[in-house]
Amino acid sequence: MARKRDLVDQSMTRRNLLKAGALGTVGAAAAGTVLALPGLGQSPGNQAGQASHHDMMTVGHLSPGSFDPNAFLTHFDAGIVSELPSGQVLRDYEFIAEDREIEVAPGVFYPAWTYNGQVPGPTIRCTEGDRIRVRFINRGSHSHSIHFHGMHPSNMDGAFEPVHPGQSFVYEFNAEPFGLHLYHCHTVPIKRHIHKGLYGAFIVDPKAGRPPAQEMVMVMNGFDTNFDNENEVYAVNTVAFHYQKYPIRIRQGELVRVYVVNVTEFDLLNSFHIHGNLFRLYRTGTDLTRYEWTDVVALCQGERAVLEFTYNHPGPFMFHAHQSEFAELGWSGVFLVEAPHV
Amino acid sequence: MSELQVPVLPQNSSVHPSAPRAPEPRGGRLPLWFKGFAPLVLLAALVVLFLKVGPVGVFRQSFPPVEQLTIERIRLPALGVMEVQIVNGGPEAVTVAQVMVDDANWVHRVNGSRIIERLERRTITIPYPWVEGEPHAVSLVTRTGLTFTGEVAVATLSPSVDTRYLTTFALLGVYAGVIPVFIGLLWLPFVSAIGRKWIDFFLSLTIGLLVFLGADALVESLETSRLVAGAFQGEALVLLGVLGTPLVLAALGRWRGTRQERTPLQVAGLIALGIGLHNLGEGLAIGASYATGEIALGTFLVIGFLLHNTTEGLGIVTPLADQRPRLRSLVLLGALAGVPTVIGAWLGGFTYSPLWTTLFFSIGVGAIIAVVYELYRLFSRRASAGLTTPLNTAGLLLGMMIMYATGLLVPA
Repeated sequence: MARKRDLVDQSMTRRNLLKAGALGTVGAAAAGTVLALPGLGQSPGNQAGQASHHDMMTVGHLSPGSFDPNAFLTHFDAGIVSELPSGQVLRDYEFIAEDREIEVAPGVFYPAWTYNGQVPGPTIRCTEGDRIRVRFINRGSHSHSIHFHGMHPSNMDGAFEPVHPGQSFVYEFNAEPFGLHLYHCHTVPIKRHIHKGLYGAFIVDPKAGRPPAQEMVMVMNGFDTNFDNENEVYAVNTVAFHYQKYPIRIRQGELVRVYVVNVTEFDLLNSFHIHGNLFRLYRTGTDLTRYEWTDVVALCQGERAVLEFTYNHPGPFMFHAHQSEFAELGWSGVFLVEAPHV
Repeated sequence: MSELQVPVLPQNSSVHPSAPRAPEPRGGRLPLWFKGFAPLVLLAALVVLFLKVGPVGVFRQSFPPVEQLTIERIRLPALGVMEVQIVNGGPEAVTVAQVMVDDANWVHRVNGSRIIERLERRTITIPYPWVEGEPHAVSLVTRTGLTFTGEVAVATLSPSVDTRYLTTFALLGVYAGVIPVFIGLLWLPFVSAIGRKWIDFFLSLTIGLLVFLGADALVESLETSRLVAGAFQGEALVLLGVLGTPLVLAALGRWRGTRQERTPLQVAGLIALGIGLHNLGEGLAIGASYATGEIALGTFLVIGFLLHNTTEGLGIVTPLADQRPRLRSLVLLGALAGVPTVIGAWLGGFTYSPLWTTLFFSIGVGAIIAVVYELYRLFSRRASAGLTTPLNTAGLLLGMMIMYATGLLVPA
């Protein structure tokens, strides 16, 4: 099928891939059908007669003022930085737990428990050996805590000291080892405290740093909106299909580094797959030598990986879970690789 | 342990038994219409007040209201298109935010606002490449994340109103309803020739047939009533049909003539009407399940309907055993009983609605109750020995058993 190479057709390609054999001739019939239903497509870039690319998609847009996954993607919170008398860098954070209704797909609202009003919580970014001090205030309706992955004293683990509503606690420890970690609430029932939204990424850079790159954080999550212990919505960074509707722009030939954390509840595994390329995989990011060169990585809940890749071809490329069901329920996005301007 | 204390009214001399006097009407001179309407006006005012300022605090709930959406039907009008017909039968407005087909988000169009008020209907059109012969599930995701799921048992193109489908569904009805009833009518010469004792036997048998049909229709109506959106109160509809129909028929009988007893032809007409209403419901169900691919009307099934419904014709002619009905009357009776199957099949095939099916079935039940009552009266006028003679009881049981046995050939 020689088609005009644009985002529209790429999505169509992806859909065909996802639906694999199931589509076949019927897919062609569907394309014809959409022709007869003008106005179904949601994208402004929609072309008459080419509407079928948008078939598998949420409709509508997020309410104004909602959490913006595009901003979250590249926002790394360094904290309030100061220096201790010993010369150690101190990073101060304030985390407030609060109940908040969040929009997980356009028009679908979920009664979340949040750190600082957002799901995922802020991405903590520091360097190995820094002193981390997180003042945690619980303004939610239930007891919560922050349990950091990494190395720290027992009483800073957040597992045995639930912080009751109205109370606060200060977590303080040295950031070690370097790598990609996460934090989440460890109050029972843990399943509910996690899937309601209390989690985030915790990045500890090696002292010498990593090679310069365009960096982004992707927290793979899901939402059980009808509380039947199955997710209705899957995404990276909360909002279903967001990065497909608003592709992530990356530059051709430039190194891209994605910090991927899986916190998906209820499902045994989640995965990350990119199109048209392979990535260098650094499991947990705790080692600077590449673990594997691949295009799919499966992660169980709590597992995370640093991925590095460079696109040599411009154009839109899909990335998504390689569990088709998750991809079809929202965990799909597009990298738009842009050729350098002449 | 404690003893009951009987309060003793003080024997006060000031309380004297008043002399009986004419009760003074309360409200004095107010006109009658006002007395009749005053409570209604007050009620209306209260309703307006509630709508304006909301119910008093006690009724306010801190949790979100229960959302209720009923998916009445999923049509597949063309390859790659699904049409979901929904109604909000819940207490509050529901907002449909997203649609998932087979666990995948899918674009769609709603014919109106996504906010569906109580009792409002919508049709959602989804360009989904459904697969012939395979099941599909459509889930509607509301604003609060609740999901309402409807299933397509076997995907197949839904009929649209054209000559071909009108013919198909007419034939469906003719096979299932019209032909069997008319074949059954051919028993008239037989029942006219047999002796009085055996006519009583066949009348008992007819009662048995009808009782079985009535029970069958009642079960059907209760089953479909569960698919009716909550606010439309399916079970109440059943009650309305079952109790209301015989009452209306009885009242009509009184109104039409002064004669207390109906003629045998009138009884036969009533039987035909009752069976016709039952067959209307049956036609609706057959048409709907044929259209949604739930049943394929194979040879076996057609034979089943033939046998099952032929006995209905026998029921119609038995009261006419000692009459000489004209051919025209017989044709009319057969049409009254059989043709509704065709109408039902048409309606069911194109616009299946659990609400109407429930109503028609329950009206059928009510009509059969009325018919059984009339038959019983006719019967008791004829046979002094009554239903409980061994032969008549055998007829009654045989009637039910025939229906049961032929019913084995028809899917539930």
